[in-house]
Amino acid sequence: MSEYLVQFNNISKFFGKVIALKDVTMKLKRGEIMCLLGDNGAGKSTLIKTLAGVHKPDEGEIIFEDKKIIFDSPRDALDIGIGTVYQDLALVSLMSVTRNFFMGREPQKGLPLFKTFDIEKANKIAAERMGQIGIDVRDPSQAVGTMSGGERQCLAISRAIYFGAKVLILDEPTSALGVHQASMVLKYIVKAASQGLAVILITHNVHHAYPVGNSFTVLNRGRSMGTFQKKDISREKLLSMMAGGEELNKLEVELKEMDRIATS
Amino acid sequence: MSVKSQSIQSKKQSGQDERLKKISPLRVLLNRPELGALGGAILVFIFFGIVAGDTGMFSAYGTLNFLDVSANLGIIAIAAAMLMIGGEFDLSIGSMIGFAGICIAIPAIYWGWPLWMAIVFAFAMAVLIGYFNGIMVVKSGLPSFIVTLAMLFILRGATLAITRLITGRTQVPGLRVLIEDDPIAWIFATDTFQWLFTWLGSMKLIELRTDGTPLATGIPPSVIWFIALTLFATWILMKTRYGNWIFASGGDKVGATNVGVPVGRVKISLFIGTAVASTIFACIQVLDAGSADTMRGTLKELEAIAAAVVGGCLLTGGYGSAIGAALGAIIFGTVSMGIFYTDVDTDWFKVFLGAMMLIAVVFNNYIRKKVTETK
Repeated sequence: MSEYLVQFNNISKFFGKVIALKDVTMKLKRGEIMCLLGDNGAGKSTLIKTLAGVHKPDEGEIIFEDKKIIFDSPRDALDIGIGTVYQDLALVSLMSVTRNFFMGREPQKGLPLFKTFDIEKANKIAAERMGQIGIDVRDPSQAVGTMSGGERQCLAISRAIYFGAKVLILDEPTSALGVHQASMVLKYIVKAASQGLAVILITHNVHHAYPVGNSFTVLNRGRSMGTFQKKDISREKLLSMMAGGEELNKLEVELKEMDRIATS
Repeated sequence: MSVKSQSIQSKKQSGQDERLKKISPLRVLLNRPELGALGGAILVFIFFGIVAGDTGMFSAYGTLNFLDVSANLGIIAIAAAMLMIGGEFDLSIGSMIGFAGICIAIPAIYWGWPLWMAIVFAFAMAVLIGYFNGIMVVKSGLPSFIVTLAMLFILRGATLAITRLITGRTQVPGLRVLIEDDPIAWIFATDTFQWLFTWLGSMKLIELRTDGTPLATGIPPSVIWFIALTLFATWILMKTRYGNWIFASGGDKVGATNVGVPVGRVKISLFIGTAVASTIFACIQVLDAGSADTMRGTLKELEAIAAAVVGGCLLTGGYGSAIGAALGAIIFGTVSMGIFYTDVDTDWFKVFLGAMMLIAVVFNNYIRKKVTETK
């Protein structure tokens, strides 16, 4: 058995003439958090949709637990244990915590034809799971709309783990959150990884990625600029590798110039 | 400082979140979608109790009368509410009622089919039409408003054209004689609990005709159907996996799809539901009147949607209840009949209907904000 839980080898994806992804390779061990960094338009979304079974790669292969895998639908990816939490979280804010947690996979009880949604069991599991993250759900029948952004993110992640994700793909989990909420989510991600999950964390925020990541893959214009272990790269180096790095340097120079003109 | 932190500490230990205000039972009730309709219904009954309390409106006969009207509307309002929770509209309900009516009457009268076969035929057509509505909305991605508006015209037109082509008229009478001995028709045409009314009559507890039989002979079939459908729909919405899928499909189509809810199938089944409910409505009315009319059910789709909205359904989907829609139907049915017992001109009924709906929508919007923006 290889040391890697999942390998994405030389993945390419084309949309007509557009090369969205070219030869992207990523390998993840159990318990590893890999941060996928890149500016807008770098191909992050296309890459996760390919990993999650929404798109089929045009080139390259996905190897999961030493077996080559071809996904026909997101359901296939879900079934073997690749869970994806998209930015929209797939939560319905008017529905309760429990009803969201089990949406599409409700536990049932009773005789065939008269099967009912086992809401007591569902309530118990949902409250228990949220409690493990340190979110005290006062009442699992409260609407998700009443939860904070960080709590919702944790609910979506916790749901993916409960339903058997071994590889967790998180799309910008901290982008809409304040500092406190973001650190709550990041803490939970580290905890999930320590239990043996492989996590792919997509973000354009190096400051969120660097403290939690074990390795970093930088995407730029559809190509991988390489995967780096944490010990081999500094935060500043990472930042400048992202397309934004250069831009920010330029911006700084321009601002100084404007200051100079204003004061003179 | 230390005192303060200690007190927070102790609250935490007692398992209470110090930021959480105690939720009063009233607050919990406020979060239920049918609250507005319940309040409205109570107000309506108090109003007519005062204005028309001594007019016979609340006698056994009068009560059954307004319950019958409410129940008929309720049958379609519940199906419309479930569809609205699932995020779609059906404007073809009224036309479907007319169409189902002639699907029963023409085969039974002109083609010599047994009545039960004609009824089964009408339900089969309803399933087909509901399926067509659903598949059109799901596959084309068009708003259900447009698709079912088209179906409103198509069905009403076809009803008129077919009836005139076959019968030369717009009404098909003569069904009453076929009801007796039919193995199915009684489901839609029998007054129940007649023994109770006979007994009440013999005890002189309810009004009697001059020949000594009670004025109200039994519970009309519409009321039984109405109660059964309210219970069934509530069970589905609150207690089954399919019910959760209905809320999810209406609340967030994309999210629901992403976690594996078969949104398309759920919506199609709900469209079949409204068409079948329209056919139940048609069966009850056609068998009660003994005739089918091409204009039967006109504008009923709007009344059904109005009742669902008054009952707490959000126009955007994902929120509402069957009990709310049932209460909405009771409000409209009670007012439409009760107005005869008052000095108010019945022309004002539609004004009331519109005003009630406006109030309900404003109230529901407020509730939705409360539910989703507590933090």
